[in-house]
Amino acid sequence: MLAFILRRILQSSAVLLAVGLVAFSLFRYVGDPVNAMVGQDTTMEERDALREKLGLNDPAPVQFFHFIANAARGNFGLSYRTSEPVGRLILERVPATLELSFCAAVFVLFVGVPMGVYTGLYPRHWSSRLLQAVSLIGISLPTFLIGILLILVFAVTLHWLPSFGRGDTVKVGWWVTNFLTVSGLKALILPAITLGLFQLTLIMRLVRSEMLEVMRTEYIKFARARGLTNRAINFGHALKNTLVPVITVAGLQLGSLIAFAVVTETVFAWPGVGQLFIQSVQFSDIPVMAAYLLLIGLFFVLVNLIVDLLYFAVDPRLRSQGGGARVGGH
Amino acid sequence: MAAASNNQPLLEVRNLRIEFPTRRGTLLAVDDVSFDIAPGEVLGVVGESGAGKSLTGNAIIGLLEPPGRIAAGEIRLEGRRIDNLPYEEMRKIRGAQIGAIFQDPLTSLNPLYSVGRQLVETIQTHLPLSASQAKARAIELLQEVGIPGAEMRIDHYPHQFSGGMRQRVVIALALCAGPRLIVADEPTTALDVSIQAQIIALLKRLCREHGTAVMLVTHDMGVIAETADRVAVMYAGRVAEIGPVREVVKHAKHPYTKGLMGSIPSLGVRTERLTQIDGAMPRLTEIPPGCAFNPRCTSKGQRCLVERPNLMPAGATRAACWLHDSGGVGAPILKETIDA
Amino acid sequence: MAAASRSGLSGWLYRVSDSDIWWSFKSSPMTVAAAVATFLIIAVAFLSPVLAPHTPFDPATLSLSDGLKPPVLVSPDGDWAFPLGTDDQGRDVLSSIMYGTRLSLIVSLAAVAVAMVLGISLGLISGYFGGAIDAVIMRVADVQLTFPAILVALLIDGVVRGLISVKRHDEIAIFVVVGAIGLSFWVSYARTVRGSVMVEKNKEYVQAARVIGLPPLLIMVRHVLPNVTGPVLVIATLNLGLAIITEATLSFLGVGLPSTEPSLGTLIRLGNEVLQSGDWWITVFPGVTLAALVLAVNLLGDWLRDALNPKLR
Repeated sequence: MLAFILRRILQSSAVLLAVGLVAFSLFRYVGDPVNAMVGQDTTMEERDALREKLGLNDPAPVQFFHFIANAARGNFGLSYRTSEPVGRLILERVPATLELSFCAAVFVLFVGVPMGVYTGLYPRHWSSRLLQAVSLIGISLPTFLIGILLILVFAVTLHWLPSFGRGDTVKVGWWVTNFLTVSGLKALILPAITLGLFQLTLIMRLVRSEMLEVMRTEYIKFARARGLTNRAINFGHALKNTLVPVITVAGLQLGSLIAFAVVTETVFAWPGVGQLFIQSVQFSDIPVMAAYLLLIGLFFVLVNLIVDLLYFAVDPRLRSQGGGARVGGH
Repeated sequence: MAAASNNQPLLEVRNLRIEFPTRRGTLLAVDDVSFDIAPGEVLGVVGESGAGKSLTGNAIIGLLEPPGRIAAGEIRLEGRRIDNLPYEEMRKIRGAQIGAIFQDPLTSLNPLYSVGRQLVETIQTHLPLSASQAKARAIELLQEVGIPGAEMRIDHYPHQFSGGMRQRVVIALALCAGPRLIVADEPTTALDVSIQAQIIALLKRLCREHGTAVMLVTHDMGVIAETADRVAVMYAGRVAEIGPVREVVKHAKHPYTKGLMGSIPSLGVRTERLTQIDGAMPRLTEIPPGCAFNPRCTSKGQRCLVERPNLMPAGATRAACWLHDSGGVGAPILKETIDA
Repeated sequence: MAAASRSGLSGWLYRVSDSDIWWSFKSSPMTVAAAVATFLIIAVAFLSPVLAPHTPFDPATLSLSDGLKPPVLVSPDGDWAFPLGTDDQGRDVLSSIMYGTRLSLIVSLAAVAVAMVLGISLGLISGYFGGAIDAVIMRVADVQLTFPAILVALLIDGVVRGLISVKRHDEIAIFVVVGAIGLSFWVSYARTVRGSVMVEKNKEYVQAARVIGLPPLLIMVRHVLPNVTGPVLVIATLNLGLAIITEATLSFLGVGLPSTEPSLGTLIRLGNEVLQSGDWWITVFPGVTLAALVLAVNLLGDWLRDALNPKLR
């Protein structure tokens, strides 16, 4: 098992290194770090001196190493747009994005999985058909459109919920949280639903199709032949087998919530890293883009590791093989 | 035959008819099938794939897969009609009074639960035992089906067992609540030839010890000859011949059974060559009028082309063939008529 | 089989004419409705220069006095000249939608074509040569799959902005968007084609072709491509829905097409800026059009996937 985890960590590091290479190329060759640091009137000689001092004349592998070493310490240079340290800019905005993504993930799992189980168990029931049809509409509605429609109904027309911003927040250490005030919690509702709805429909459809597949297997038929109750079959046998493939996809989907937050944060003027990223794309603020890329890469690697650990909890075939082929993966 | 001394049959299947509605019309997969199983008796059901033998087994355990449905007939267990029971009533019978064994032990067990858990949950579903009593019984069952080191193996997962061992676990699961009848659908087909005999011997021994009747569905006539008390031969959804196994093997009355028996190699008996039946079983959509076997039959007459025979006494067995009717098969079919 | 593998189109037509698929199409009223809706939307969009009542992005035809007229059916202030109302500049919402849909479709179709050509080529190369080339291409695919398509497209757009001036960017924005979306969708094609190549590579006819001196790559292209038309078509249809969404999202975020050439996403963004004042029609009508278009395309894709290969997921 340990060997398996180690191998996964190694693979993840390779992915992270590749992402780092892309981020470095952006940082070094698309942007020009010197331009960001000097004024219009700096002479060529001063620029060259600065170039030398920053190590920009070093061989590329050395520069890459320095870039990664700096990144590991949270040092990504200065934003072209605000001239602030990129690390600090991002750190200020991480709590907002993480809290939003967390709420959306909770919404997705606690609504999407039960809906998928229900429609998978009773595929012919009219309510399942309705849910299935609604889910297709959900997949076809772009996130930003869902956000706009929610704002139109619940903020502009009904005045129930705020349409932008985080509301009142409380500072706990350096972490600024929404969870401790009523207005902060209210401000979370619409963005979290918007962010989660697309993933929710995906998860629901996935759980449904896996459930349908599992219900057709021999061991479910044999469980019926053993006279087990429907409850034991549906929730003991079928659901657990559904989990194996669902964990993979759900893990990746929930991981991508943080990236999809880009759109939701723009719609709701939510001051998170996604909004920062959009601004950096519009202004071609390369250091921020590079840092964001690394952050997302790191997040995905973490999510993947958690997914792998969950596999061990669910699937005994992995535990005893000491990590052979992944079963049921896609 | 000694086992059938009791007058009340354990299982009665009467005029069973199973249909599959499809977009090209309704397929008649099982048509007018009747047979009994006496307590403790092993009834072999043999036939080619598509003959309807597995469907009949599934209908008995109440697990016909939709869109298949019982269109007519009845199934009685100890005199109680079970083919039209509500799902929950039938569920209580499955596992408790009728056990089932499926073809492939690799896929019959849930891969995510230990065999112990699967045994215990089955036992506790049907018997009022505490968790520790159920576990003790599970270990006992595993020992009984010949799994060495049962106390330790009970916590193992299905993938840690070989195919033969898994089928033993499946048999233990079928026996959990001491059923009166086991429906075994091709229980050895997916196993290595060397293991097949062991599993069949085990099944036979356990059922004799427990007095459990077995409906043994297979396409392997050798297994039937070895194991069964009586045998029902199915062809194209109907019973072609039914009778005591010795009689059917030695003195088959239906031309199809004769062909089937001719195709088993037997030790000790020197035959020049094995016979074979020309042609293939018709598809359910293309069953000819008259006797379904007539296109492949070498003894057919005009009557076989128009009139469908039902089971009729034929020596010591019952066969669905006009050869055994006083009216006979009718006028011979001339070569020219076949060509035309 | 010979007829089916001769060329992609004839193979596809052969399979379409196969009764099962045609039956499954006819027996699904949802699918027929989706096909009709897709066809109608595409037809109206491409005929917008003829059909549209106004030319909304010609400043000469605009009049501010026509600004912010509500749709005729909901308000007596409406004007039949502008059935779905006007925006703050006095542009006809209906005509904007027709032109916007056309632009959205052009961009998305072009992006899917780019992804398809790129993915199929890389898949062929990867599967055929194997070894290091294969490893590199597939690892790049893995890494890229880690990131959602919208993020990849945003990054590409941001990089291009870093490389060229803002003014130039508006001129080539449409190509940037097509390229960005195309580059973010190639992976699934490449994987499908690669898989098929791996299977075909060891078949005897390829070995035989090699023996008699025919270029095996050519043989494989001619044999592999017909085999993958089904799956590729399914991916392309489902991708088209995603591409439309991605383009709209990019434009909504203000990094896609400029407001001088508005696609549906741009229209929704422009409408969203005045949404707080309650002028909902500027946003809602383009939004409904976008949703209907994507829904219809997705329904077609779903059906196609199930009809061509029930196992494919």
